[in-house]
Amino acid sequence: MKSPWQGRRIPLSWMLLTRQPVRLLVALAGISFAGILMFMQLGFRDGLFDASVTVHRLFDADLVLISPRSASSVRMAGFPRRRLIQTLADPSVEGVTPVHWGLMLWRNPETRRNRAILALGFNPDDPFFLDPGLAEQTGVLKQKGRILFDQLSRPEFGPIADWYNDGRVVETEIAGNRVRVEGLVSLGTSFGADGNLLTSTETFLDLMPQKSPGGIEVGLIRLQPGTDPDLAVARLQQRLPGDVTVLTKQGFIDFEQNYWKSSTSIGFIFTLGAAMGFVVGCVIVYQVLYTDVSDHLPEYATLMAMGYRISHLLGVVMREGFYLAALGYVPAYLAGQGLYWFVRDATKLPVGMDLPRAITVLVMILVMCMLSSLLAMRRLIDADPAEIF
Amino acid sequence: MAADHDFDPVPPAVSIDTLSHSFGQGSMRRQVLENISLRINPGEVVLLTGPSGCGKTTLLTLIGALRTVQQGSVNVLGQRLNGAGRRSRQQVRRRIGMIFQGHNLLRCLTAEQNVQMGADLLPDLTYRARRNEARTWLRAVGLDDHQMGQLPHDLSGGQKQRVAIARALAAHPRLLLADEPTAALDSRTGREVVDLLKKLAREQACAVLMVTHDPRILDVADRLLQMEDGCLLPAVQ
Repeated sequence: MKSPWQGRRIPLSWMLLTRQPVRLLVALAGISFAGILMFMQLGFRDGLFDASVTVHRLFDADLVLISPRSASSVRMAGFPRRRLIQTLADPSVEGVTPVHWGLMLWRNPETRRNRAILALGFNPDDPFFLDPGLAEQTGVLKQKGRILFDQLSRPEFGPIADWYNDGRVVETEIAGNRVRVEGLVSLGTSFGADGNLLTSTETFLDLMPQKSPGGIEVGLIRLQPGTDPDLAVARLQQRLPGDVTVLTKQGFIDFEQNYWKSSTSIGFIFTLGAAMGFVVGCVIVYQVLYTDVSDHLPEYATLMAMGYRISHLLGVVMREGFYLAALGYVPAYLAGQGLYWFVRDATKLPVGMDLPRAITVLVMILVMCMLSSLLAMRRLIDADPAEIF
Repeated sequence: MAADHDFDPVPPAVSIDTLSHSFGQGSMRRQVLENISLRINPGEVVLLTGPSGCGKTTLLTLIGALRTVQQGSVNVLGQRLNGAGRRSRQQVRRRIGMIFQGHNLLRCLTAEQNVQMGADLLPDLTYRARRNEARTWLRAVGLDDHQMGQLPHDLSGGQKQRVAIARALAAHPRLLLADEPTAALDSRTGREVVDLLKKLAREQACAVLMVTHDPRILDVADRLLQMEDGCLLPAVQ
């Protein structure tokens, strides 16, 4: 019995590709470009939706209370604080944390221009962050008029981080009140908020006197270990009046993302962009492979005339498509990484390569390449070989 | 006819009965073959001549199972081609060696690999055995080891045609079809190629049908067929 190695044949698909290096490079450039296009559009889209929940993800909470009138993180409405206290009556609730949440006008201490910044106000003794490093820093907020500034905020807020790291006392005004930067944190910007700051409840209410002290925008609930959050949501929602909505943490994240996805033009445009990236990518890859197969069609017809089966030839072309996809993916992946880095650097949005997207694009390129090769072979299947010579 | 067949000791390599073929539709329809009947016995070398456009190549491609038979019957190596499916036509093509006018070598493969594409069709041979087969045939058509490693691009017209012959023979065909194998060659090389073709085919007991309008090679034929306007003229000896 002969082994597969002994039964091997000439690697025709590989030869077809590599014996014409210029054509191969052009084809690879086209396929890589299609890949980069998809990486870019998908990256932007996911980046947008990820960015809108950078702050949401930091919360150490199982359930979240919000007002049903809240539309998104940039338009949070208040609800009575006692609703949060009421939830403590439920035996599965372990603890609660009230959070004030709103946009404030921050004056850039260098240019003296105002710009909206997202502020979170909470009890410094009861930080609610998952990151323990962040929780340790909040002690400094006990003094009035002190804030922690997000160093990932856009530069339009002023060179706060640089000044702070130089040891300077960084002070500026919010709504006519003097505040001092007492530390730097890393949260990240979103499409809704260009920058973030953390402060105590007291300072928050000083800065936003129009807010009623008995109202909060977000209530965080921690459940006893082993509690099913979905059941707890249903139970609490039933017990509480209609002026609050109970969400799981994931529900809170979805609430924010859905706003951007469905209620704004931004989400639509980026989804359309991702779809366009895919379509344009398909067209490019199809063109590249169709030209390649058409160019070799007489040779495939010769092989058919020699007695090779059509399935054998389809295998050759499929392998060719596979090699092209694999080879074209590598530069697309690297260029994608580079572009993500560039976008991150320029916009501070959390655009990055993640495994599901890397796999999605790889699979799409593979499918496009192999499907295009097969489509291009239709002529050979339909025609008598003699008509192609 | 049927009784005749039973008494035949060896079935013919090719037997064609009242074959007609036309191209185009409606008013553009043009008859290229009309009522052709012919027989080629195993081991016979038959030359087919005639002015260009008289349907020689069409007849050849029909015998080679490269075209669908429209009218009449075509039997090649015991397989009926009229009404045959894709699979059985492919099976017949495996046992036919083809040499084309434009040699049709794969540009991306070396001479040796081209011939091995022919040898690869042989079942149950190891890679090494098929490569040796390819080398043996290339030596038989007079290429040296250096030329075997070259791409068709770097070979002369005569050398390419020799490679094409080697490729056709490497699959051990029972029938060899050659379409103007000497068209691109000068008279001396053309002569050499045709003599070689005949010698190798003889050794393999392989029937040969060669289309040509090169008068200098007519003497290699056991039998000469002439075509004109899609019809086969009465045999000349």
